[in-house]
Amino acid sequence: MPSLPPIRPEDEVRARERRGTGAFDAPAADEPDLSLFEYALRLGDDSLILGQRLAEWTGHAPSVEVDLSLANMALDLVGQATHFLNYAGAVEGRGRDGDQLAFHRDVLDFRNCLLVEQPNGDFAQTMARQFLFSTWQKMLFDHLTRSKDEMVAAVAAKAVKEVSYHEELSAEWVIRLGDGTEESRQRMQDGFDWNWRFVPELFDMDELAREAAMRGIGADLTILRDVYHAKVRSVVEEATLVLPSDQRPILGGRRGHHSEHLGHLLCVMQFLPRTYPDATW
Amino acid sequence: MYTTELQKTKAVDAIEDPEKLAAFEARVAADDFIEPKDWMPEAYRRTLTRQISQHAHSEIVGMLPEGNWIGRAPSLRRKAILLAKVQDEAGHGLYLYSAAETLGTSRGQMIEALHSGKAKYSTIFNYPTVTWADIGAIGWLVDGAAIMNQVPLQRTSYGPYARAMVRVCKEESFHQRQGYEIMMHLCQGTSEQKRMAQDALNRWWWPSLMMFGPPDENSPNTAQSLRWRIKRETNDELRQKFVDITVPQAEAIGLSVPDPALHWNESKGGYDFGEIDWEEFYAVVRGEGPVAKERMKARRDAWEKNAWVREAADAYAAKKAQKKQAA
Amino acid sequence: MSKDWPLWEVFVRSRGGLSHRHVGSVHAPDAEIAVRHARDTYTRRMEGISLWVVPSAAIVASDPADDAAMFDPAADKVYRHPTFYNIPDHIKHI
Ligand SMILES: [Fe+2]
Ligand SMILES: [Fe+2]
Repeated sequence: MPSLPPIRPEDEVRARERRGTGAFDAPAADEPDLSLFEYALRLGDDSLILGQRLAEWTGHAPSVEVDLSLANMALDLVGQATHFLNYAGAVEGRGRDGDQLAFHRDVLDFRNCLLVEQPNGDFAQTMARQFLFSTWQKMLFDHLTRSKDEMVAAVAAKAVKEVSYHEELSAEWVIRLGDGTEESRQRMQDGFDWNWRFVPELFDMDELAREAAMRGIGADLTILRDVYHAKVRSVVEEATLVLPSDQRPILGGRRGHHSEHLGHLLCVMQFLPRTYPDATW
Repeated sequence: MYTTELQKTKAVDAIEDPEKLAAFEARVAADDFIEPKDWMPEAYRRTLTRQISQHAHSEIVGMLPEGNWIGRAPSLRRKAILLAKVQDEAGHGLYLYSAAETLGTSRGQMIEALHSGKAKYSTIFNYPTVTWADIGAIGWLVDGAAIMNQVPLQRTSYGPYARAMVRVCKEESFHQRQGYEIMMHLCQGTSEQKRMAQDALNRWWWPSLMMFGPPDENSPNTAQSLRWRIKRETNDELRQKFVDITVPQAEAIGLSVPDPALHWNESKGGYDFGEIDWEEFYAVVRGEGPVAKERMKARRDAWEKNAWVREAADAYAAKKAQKKQAA
Repeated sequence: MSKDWPLWEVFVRSRGGLSHRHVGSVHAPDAEIAVRHARDTYTRRMEGISLWVVPSAAIVASDPADDAAMFDPAADKVYRHPTFYNIPDHIKHI
């Protein structure tokens, strides 16, 4: 193609100097990075919905001390949600902030996994859900501390310590309830039976997850799966419980196809901002 | 807070050793602290146990009206604040139960007394939280009243109680401010929000004044409690202080206090205010408050329906201990 | 009927270089959970960097009735304190 200008030596110098910036798949600067937006929504919605669920325990826990523990976890999660959702809003660039996203979306636009929206049930069911989720979230956040997206990495770095505590605490309760009395053992087993169906979704690498992993923003969950199962199995065994057998995976949360429970949760959570759309609080 | 004494045991004081009693009274009069293993008159132990456990029950039951709104807090910031605030109250309950336990009654016994209706807690928590503005009103008025009562108790004569109060007061400091901030926002907001705020003040004003307990002429044990430094100011003194501080705060955000008799009395340097409906107060003390049944049911359920959790953890600990011994 | 857990005393080191200080107590079924409960109750506002929990039943205390015998004898041993000794001002570093 002789009609094109040749690459001159000074161009080559310039090229060498500019090494290390940009990326071949970077989106155009003036268009919002919608996959990053969606990815941040997933992270934020997981924390938000679980925080909302845990807060339901406030004032009703098995002891005052446990009340404090559950509230601490809920506070950590609401904090994470605030960071991730504010960031999602900023990335989207349509002027929505964390509150807009939390209180003015309907079920179809929520991106949390199905596990976190499951009802509290009894304390055993709550702890089964917490343990299954926190163990996963800890591994994920560990990974995300190295995310190429600075904000995701920064929030993950702060949150990973919180989540690590959630994992330890819930594992301790799983073990005590599993290996406690006949009644508590049965309840703990029922708790796992309820929640286990929703674990495959945590590792589902759909198109967005694959893209986020490829860009170095998100994690490749498939490489975490074996370690996760080993961790879960060792705690479940120490608790003298048995893992339920795998069933056909129930997916959909990441695409807005949720269980019946989420709609009710949103009714409660969003009631004020929706009833008084002009008000600020 | 909520050290209002609602229940007077009959004064069947044991005959105390007069020498020990005199030494005790002298220590207390000198603002010395009494510690758990020190000698103390039975009446002091009994009064304190009742006062501190009532205070603890109030913190715990007090979580319920506000807990009712955590799920519906209208922003992420408000949700976190309210959650942290209600969590603090759980902490306060815990500190206070601990302090009371040093007097020889176990927490389990105190909780049973609450659930059986034998023990009392502050009347204020038997009123419902029906709108978001109630969360503002509770922080502003109820925690405000609590702080007024608690600050002097940091110098109470019983060491564990005084130390618990120091911790409580430190944590309490944001509670009132967050409540007032909610009210401020509502008053600057839409007409619906203003209506909500005024309505909340209308409903919470009088019950808040009742929180300080019956008038001094109906508080027969006040003199003894003051002498023992387990009360540092009388009910009416604290109530007056509260009114004087709170009325300007209401005016500053455009709310009107629901008391036609309220007016500034130049000569006493404080407000005169209307007659409190003491019949209502005593009805609530009797357990007839609008949501008294709901509150007690919630507490009993939390304790009894989760008993299996506490039993399971005990069983696990016992198994572990046995294994350790066998090894 | 519905029992409570045993009582543990909680000690917190507020920052490096300070000793652990008694801050209160918690109920917990065992030592690990007692540490968790102590953390979730007493260090919510960055009050500590280290925690001890001790079963309350394991604490042995002196008897206040023996106060006089226990602590008064130390009162007249003033020679244990540096201010007991008169050294002229011009003698330095002592
Ligand atoms: Fe409090
Ligand atoms: Fe408070």
